[in-house]
Amino acid sequence: MTDKKNVDYQAMPDSRGHFGPYGGRFVSETLIYALDELDAIYSRLKDDEAFQAEFDKDLAHYVGRPSPIYVAERLSARVGGAKIALKREDLNHTGAHKVNNTIGQALLAKHTGKTRVIAETGAGQHGVATATVAARLGLECVVYMGSEDVKRQALNVYRMKLLGATVVPVESGSRTLKDAMNEAMRDWVTNVENTFYIIGTVAGPHPYPQLVRDFNSVVGREARRQSLDMFGRLPDALVACVGGGSNAIGLFHPMLEDEQVQMFGVEAGGDGLETGRHAAPLNDGRPGVLHGNRTYLMEDENGQIIETHSISAGLDYPGVGPEHSWLKDIGRVNYVTANDDEAMNAFRQLTQVEGIMPALESSHAVAYGMKLAAELDKDDIVLVNLSGRGDKDILTVAQIDGIDV
Amino acid sequence: MNRINQVLSELKSQGRKALVTYIVCGDPRPEQTVQSMHALVEGGADIIELGVPFSDPMAEGPVIQKAHERALEHGTSLKDAMACVKQFREQDARTPVVLMGYANPVERFGYSAFAQAAKAAGVDALLTVDLPPEEALALDQELKANELENIFLIAPTTAPARTKEICELASGFVYYVSFRGVTGASQLDADEVAEKVSQIREVAHTPVLVGFGIKDASSAKAVGACSDGVVVGSALVNIMAQADASAEQINTQLKALVQSLRTALDEL
Repeated sequence: MTDKKNVDYQAMPDSRGHFGPYGGRFVSETLIYALDELDAIYSRLKDDEAFQAEFDKDLAHYVGRPSPIYVAERLSARVGGAKIALKREDLNHTGAHKVNNTIGQALLAKHTGKTRVIAETGAGQHGVATATVAARLGLECVVYMGSEDVKRQALNVYRMKLLGATVVPVESGSRTLKDAMNEAMRDWVTNVENTFYIIGTVAGPHPYPQLVRDFNSVVGREARRQSLDMFGRLPDALVACVGGGSNAIGLFHPMLEDEQVQMFGVEAGGDGLETGRHAAPLNDGRPGVLHGNRTYLMEDENGQIIETHSISAGLDYPGVGPEHSWLKDIGRVNYVTANDDEAMNAFRQLTQVEGIMPALESSHAVAYGMKLAAELDKDDIVLVNLSGRGDKDILTVAQIDGIDV
Repeated sequence: MNRINQVLSELKSQGRKALVTYIVCGDPRPEQTVQSMHALVEGGADIIELGVPFSDPMAEGPVIQKAHERALEHGTSLKDAMACVKQFREQDARTPVVLMGYANPVERFGYSAFAQAAKAAGVDALLTVDLPPEEALALDQELKANELENIFLIAPTTAPARTKEICELASGFVYYVSFRGVTGASQLDADEVAEKVSQIREVAHTPVLVGFGIKDASSAKAVGACSDGVVVGSALVNIMAQADASAEQINTQLKALVQSLRTALDEL
C-alpha cells in the first residue's frame, strides 16, 4: 500500500487522465478530437473567475445551494451509537446531486457553441437533470435509456418528455444503463460536430471523470465548512453510495487530505456479494476497460461485461469511476456493500423516524451509515450523503409491498 | 516478410486494390466461421478481418451489434477466435487475418499471453477499436515482440499533426474511417474521403485502406479509386443475419458479394 501521507490527491488525474493505472481515454479515434476540445475548454475555464461565478450563481439561485446538513437525532438514537448527520442533496432542484454536474456541463456546452446535448440515464435522475438544464438554456436534448429502465422508471421518462427532451429506449445488450451509455457514445460519434455529451457520472474517457468530480465537489466543500461550523470539527466518517460514484467523489474529494476523516463508499450488494447478483465491482470485480476508461469492472472469464443486479437502477452499473479504483488500491477509501434488503430497511427507517424519504441509491449509504454508527461512540459523527430523494422510487417500493398504486 | 506486407506489396506491384472483408467470429454459429472465411477468400478477399465479439461494441451500428450478440449467445470468446484462425491456417497459409475487437477481452487475456497465443494461431495483426495510440503502448510492445502488426484507425476528425503521429506508429496498413459515425451507416462522401486519404498518404509509410459505409460494387469502386483498398463489413454481416439460411446458402451469398466487389475493384 502507498504511504498516504505522500499522496498528492490534487495532482490527479495526470495530463492524460490517469489516476495511477486507471482512467485514460479508451475510445474510437473519431472522438479524440472532441475530448481534446473539451479538455482544452475545461482547462481554460476551470480557473476562470467569471465561469466559476456563473456556476456558483446557478448553484445558489437555480439549484438552491448550499444544501443543509441535518442531524438525524431520532435515527441516531434508534441505532444507539454515533451521531448520524445527513448532507441533504435530496433538497436540490430536481431532487439529487446530479444537477450540480449538469449545470456545470451545460455551461461548458454553451461555451463550445454546441446546440444539442445528449445524455445516458439509468434511474432517470441524470436524464431529468440534463433535460432540465437543456430546457433552461434552449438546447435540443436527447436522452438514451435502456428499455428495461424505461419500464421501471416511467415517471422520470414522462418528466423528461414534459421538459422537452426526446427519450430513446435502447434495445441492445442488457437494455440497461451500460447499453444506454453505448448508444449515447454511438450518437456522439455520429453527431460530434454539433453535440455535447453530458456524462452523468465520474466515469467515461478523460476529462469527464475529472470535470464531473470537480462540479460535484461543491458537496464536499460545503460539508467540510458546515461541519466545522456546526460541530467545531470534521466528521469522523463520510459515507456515500457508489454506482459510477459521482456523489461519493463529490463528498470525499475535498476532504481526502484530512487524514482523520475515514471514508466509506457503499456499493450495491444486490442479493448479496456471495450470490454474484450484485453491482459491486470494487468489492468483487477486477480492472478492465469499458466506456472509455480503465477501472474495476464486473466481467466474466472472457472479459465480457456481465449483467449486474441492484434494486436501485442508479447503482445498476458494471463499472465505477476510475478515481474510486485508485482510491481503493491506495487504501484511502474503504469500499463496502449494502444489499437490497438492507437498503430497503434503511429506506423505511429514515422515512418513519425522520420523515425523510431517501432515493433507493442513497438508502444504501444510509444502511451502511447506520451499521457503522452502531459500532462507534456517541461522540463520533458519521456524515451520510443523502444524494437524492425517494419520490421516484415509490412505485418500486409499492411493488415490493404488493400494492398497486 | 509477414503476410500483410506480402499481400499488400504484391497487390501494389500488380496495380490492384486490396479487398478486406469482415465477419464476426461465431456468427451465426461457431462451427460455420472457418468455412465462411474460406468462402470469402474464394470470392476474392485479400485480407480477412475477424471480429471478436464483445458485450459492449460501442463503435458498431445495429447490424454488427446483433452479430456480436448472436456470437455471444454461443459463448464465442477471444480464445475461440484464435482457435478459428488456427483451423483456417490448416488450409490457407497465405491470407492474412486481422483480429478486430475491443480492448477488454485482450486485457483479460493478458497482453503478453494474447500476443504469443495469437502468433501461434497464425494471426497477423490486431485492430482494437477503443485503444488509441496513447493507450496502446504496452500492448504494442507485446505485439511487436511477436511480430504482429498493430492496425490503427484515423478518423475524419483526426487533426493533421495527430495523423502524422499515428502513421509513424502504424504497421501493416492504416485504416481510415470514412465518416463520423458507427459501422454500417450510409453517409459516404467519396470526394471528402479522397481529399482526406491524399493527405494521409503524404505522411503514411504503409498503404491506406478505407472502411465504414462501403457496401456494394459502386461504393467499393468509388473509394478504391482514391485509396489502396477497402474494408467491407456490415454488408457481409447482413448475409449472416438470415435466420433460415443454411451454412451453404450463406457461404454462397458471401462469395457472390465478394466476387462483385472484387470485379469492381479490378476494373480500376
